[in-house]
Amino acid sequence: MVTEAQVWEALAEVADPEIPVISLVDLGVVRDVRVENGRVHVAFTPTFLGCPALEVMRDELAAKVQELGAEPEVEVIRDDSWSSDRITPEGREKLRAAGFAPPAPRANGQTTLLQLQTATFRCPYCGSTDTTLENIFGPTPCRSIRYCNGCRQPFEQFKTL
Amino acid sequence: MNERELLLQIADDELVVGWRDSEWTGIAPFLEEDVALSSIAQNEIGHARAIYELLADDADALAFDRPPGEYACSQLVELRLVPDWARTIARRVLYEAADELRLEQLKASTDADVAGLAAKIDREETYHRMHAQMWAERLADEPRYREAVEELFPYALGIVDAELRQALAGRVGVAEVEAVERGTHADEWPELWEEMTMVRRSVPGAAW
Repeated sequence: MVTEAQVWEALAEVADPEIPVISLVDLGVVRDVRVENGRVHVAFTPTFLGCPALEVMRDELAAKVQELGAEPEVEVIRDDSWSSDRITPEGREKLRAAGFAPPAPRANGQTTLLQLQTATFRCPYCGSTDTTLENIFGPTPCRSIRYCNGCRQPFEQFKTL
Repeated sequence: MNERELLLQIADDELVVGWRDSEWTGIAPFLEEDVALSSIAQNEIGHARAIYELLADDADALAFDRPPGEYACSQLVELRLVPDWARTIARRVLYEAADELRLEQLKASTDADVAGLAAKIDREETYHRMHAQMWAERLADEPRYREAVEELFPYALGIVDAELRQALAGRVGVAEVEAVERGTHADEWPELWEEMTMVRRSVPGAAW
């Protein structure tokens, strides 16, 4: 009989399909794991509702549970329980090491344009804080584009959500 | 109006505005906006999908299998504005202002699933509102933009219920006028419906 701890451990190996350096557990999208009568119930929430990787994530979580010899039951939760603050400290470090600037912590209330234009954002390559907002949007819904004036390198900034 | 009707209106608006925004993919005035409009479109269609899934077991069937007269979208989202950037930005600004008002209402729903989903959608829309604000500031003194806001404002009023219209006028900074009501469709709607539902109609039951 598989335990909840074993399931969490196994799910920590499931990579995010679009940023494979980070796992879905590090990303904070796996919300709950319950083992009941031999079935493993996994609840997860998408970062963005329009995320095209939703089905891939659901199937990979289910496959991982099956590898443990248990019957998976993956539920997609569409409530407001995920925020970028749920990314674990390990996850943030993995993002940074791979060249994605981790999200700034959420201030009180919603992020504003002024914050994106004036707050300090650090370049993941050279560490300079002399960076500017290039585009609120980026290659996936969860990322913006910034430019580092220190090393003259554009970089992807995980959105604060 | 019951909440189910309101949800269908929002889902249809989001699907169609997402479709229209996606028409800029590849042809926006510069690369950053190509990325931005494509990303916004992807989000809006994602919101539509999540609401359709709340309303029906088969979200695709609800989204694409209705005859054109049964869609609840407003005329603002139906207008074909490519290649007019000033009007496109005016629509984005007006749509986001109206959408914010109705999401505030929906976040207070007594149905926890509805309130939770509305809060998640609103969280994502923060970035659309920043994009709209950035452009509104940039184009504030541009006559073509101001004319477009004035032209499209009656359509924007049609997005929200009568009781929210005064608040919308206040936020946009334009005097309230007669609204272009939901329930009627723009001249461009039949063509958009044809295009949007073409795959579903040509291969019934197709999955991918």
